[in-house]
Amino acid sequence: MTKHLISSADLSRAEVEDILETAASMHDLQRREVKKVPTLRGRTIINFFFEDSTRTRSSFEIAGKWMSADTINLSAKGSSTSKGESLRDTAMTVDAMAVDALVIRHNASGACHQVAQWVRCSVINAGDGTHEHPTQALLDAYTLRTRLGDLDGKHVVIVGDLTHSRVFRSNVITLKTLGARVTVVAPPTLMPSGIGAWSAADGFATSWDLDAVLDGDDTVDAVMMLRVQRERMSGGYFPTAREYTVGYGLTRDRLDRLVARNDDVLVLHPGPMNRGLEISPEAADAPQSVVLDQVSAGVAVRMAVLYHLLAGDDTPAPAVAATTPSSTHASPPATTATTEGAAR
Amino acid sequence: MSRLLIRGARLLGAEAADLLVDDGVIREVGSIRAGGDVEVLDADGLVALPGLVDLHVHLREPGREDAETIATGSAAAAAGGYTAVFAMANTSPVTDTAEAAERVLDLGRACGLTQVVPVGAVTKGLEGAELAELGLMARSRAAVRVFSDDGHCVHDARVMRRALEYVKTFGGVVSQHAQDPRLAGPDACCHEGEVSGRLGLTGWPGIAEESIVARDVMLARHTGSRVHVAHVSTAGTVEVIRWAKAQGIDVTAEVTPHHLALTTDLLAGYDPVYKVNPPLRPTEDVEALRAALADGTIDAVATDHAPHARQDKEHAFPDAAFGMLGLETALSVVSEVLVRPGLLDWAGVARVMSSAPARIGGLTAQGRPLSEASPAHLTLVDPDREVTVDAAESRSRSRNNPWHGRTFRGAVEATVYGGRVTYDRGATSRTHRPLTTASTPGADL
Repeated sequence: MTKHLISSADLSRAEVEDILETAASMHDLQRREVKKVPTLRGRTIINFFFEDSTRTRSSFEIAGKWMSADTINLSAKGSSTSKGESLRDTAMTVDAMAVDALVIRHNASGACHQVAQWVRCSVINAGDGTHEHPTQALLDAYTLRTRLGDLDGKHVVIVGDLTHSRVFRSNVITLKTLGARVTVVAPPTLMPSGIGAWSAADGFATSWDLDAVLDGDDTVDAVMMLRVQRERMSGGYFPTAREYTVGYGLTRDRLDRLVARNDDVLVLHPGPMNRGLEISPEAADAPQSVVLDQVSAGVAVRMAVLYHLLAGDDTPAPAVAATTPSSTHASPPATTATTEGAAR
Repeated sequence: MSRLLIRGARLLGAEAADLLVDDGVIREVGSIRAGGDVEVLDADGLVALPGLVDLHVHLREPGREDAETIATGSAAAAAGGYTAVFAMANTSPVTDTAEAAERVLDLGRACGLTQVVPVGAVTKGLEGAELAELGLMARSRAAVRVFSDDGHCVHDARVMRRALEYVKTFGGVVSQHAQDPRLAGPDACCHEGEVSGRLGLTGWPGIAEESIVARDVMLARHTGSRVHVAHVSTAGTVEVIRWAKAQGIDVTAEVTPHHLALTTDLLAGYDPVYKVNPPLRPTEDVEALRAALADGTIDAVATDHAPHARQDKEHAFPDAAFGMLGLETALSVVSEVLVRPGLLDWAGVARVMSSAPARIGGLTAQGRPLSEASPAHLTLVDPDREVTVDAAESRSRSRNNPWHGRTFRGAVEATVYGGRVTYDRGATSRTHRPLTTASTPGADL
């Protein structure tokens, strides 16, 4: 396992599967009354958010706390402008406090990649601009696997504002890593530049026609709707919300057609949802919707990521050994909780 | 002024000859037996070129002396073989008045390492709205002939039209930073293509340059004026310029060393040292630019030397400043990517790095043939010496050097500006000894 998690491409298939298996143990822990394990006791994790976030930050914070790490939230909105402290100074200042991990959300693509080159601690990308969001892709994969089993050969359709979506960029990598077939759908104005060469090189399909994909020969196993920001309209990416919904929304009618062909189809959305724009209330609340499962998986997956990055071979013995005599890289800490007889 | 004898230099890479310089002028070319009080520069095996002329540098003074000064920029220019540099107007204050232009001129003269030629702003404060005092700058001691809002595009067609009409009266030229701000806004920082798509960086599409150049050549035709295209970066722009020249439109163009050598995939590591405007382009564009320079469609190499203080580059990629150093490495890059593959010979290098830019910028004393009575501005190049660029060794005050660690064959050995040696790499080993064999019979200078 690498020291950092900057891009979904940092993870091999074996590593993704390892993390997802660990996440399953963590998920069990989440359902217990006493949720705390001592795995990361004495470790310090800083959640450094240069951009607003509710679910990602709180889930990282909970993940760290349940593993007994000291987690500190820093908000630095606006400090990334060229008039303020340089990103390098900010990163090195935090690193100088001898923290173990920096969880970074930044409005600039590539910020985590840059920070990782300047600091000694582990860097975890919690979303960088319109680049990547690898833990989101992991929790989406976890959610999909929970319901669909092995993703080999499964057909996942990602729909929406691909140009500005870090969720898409990470998902397309992780889904391909796990052997899924991916089709991405967007109007040409919301397709990332160079998508033709990109999709050909990385082996996924693209389409401007959502109906053709949903009704095509290739049955859909899951459809992932991306959030569309209303301000994109002023950028001229599409004329009106109504027109977007007609072309690319998961409407009640489209959901019915999907379910008619495959009752087990899954509907995902990274949130926050614009009900009525990219996803209808019927689709959001359908039995096929796993939107809340995604949120629930968020904490478990982030615990698994922290575990794999921080509780590696160099884990100081006392913190783990005192409570988990058998704890090694291969035995996730949730096992510990079980042996301790934590109540369900 | 003391006399200088340059011994055994291959003029434009052809036959070797001695050059005798006296009082800032080349007095004699041939086989010279020197004597008397003369400084000797042994140029055996070196190629002599007319002093290089750079149509496009940022010297940051006044305003950002922490990034570069006219003195440090001049030293970098001399080390790069340059005997004239055009200092862009985007300083603070902006060079949009005669007084500001004369100030730059005077600072350059006081330094004396290279001819510092101020570029005047096209519009007041580079704001693109009202014409700056073009005529007063032209009439000033600085005799400004090149006008540019570089860093900003003169995007308003009416303003561009008026500027082109106006500069005709004094033989001026507008150097356009071609970037349609609606197609490539201030956030645009990566060539729009697969790399920008994957990296999630805001795209800077080639069409934002090409559409402005297409408009400008038509404006030049309409006004009968002269337009110069700064830092051409795409194959599409080359096509437009080629067409315009074929129509007889008075258009010239420059290309930077980095657009001739570096490609957009370097941005994969989000290192702001590769952030430049216009952005690095794909290989197809780079190849088209090299071919266009070789066939004359693009007239000149200009560095767009853009020093930045460290703190302005150590931001997240989208927030970091645009620009990279170029003065000290330009000749080596051109040697590596054009001369060695056979696209240009040394006479061609003299054309694109000296005579053409001098002509475009209206410098009558620069870019002259290496012959008797020419002003003694010249550059000596070792075509075979390998150099590995070390950013720490730069004479520039800044270190945003994309060439760090790269190795090139071909390097500047010495620079002579107005008969004075302004740079000599071998100064410590190659003695500028007064010729003690001055008593050689027949030596009479």
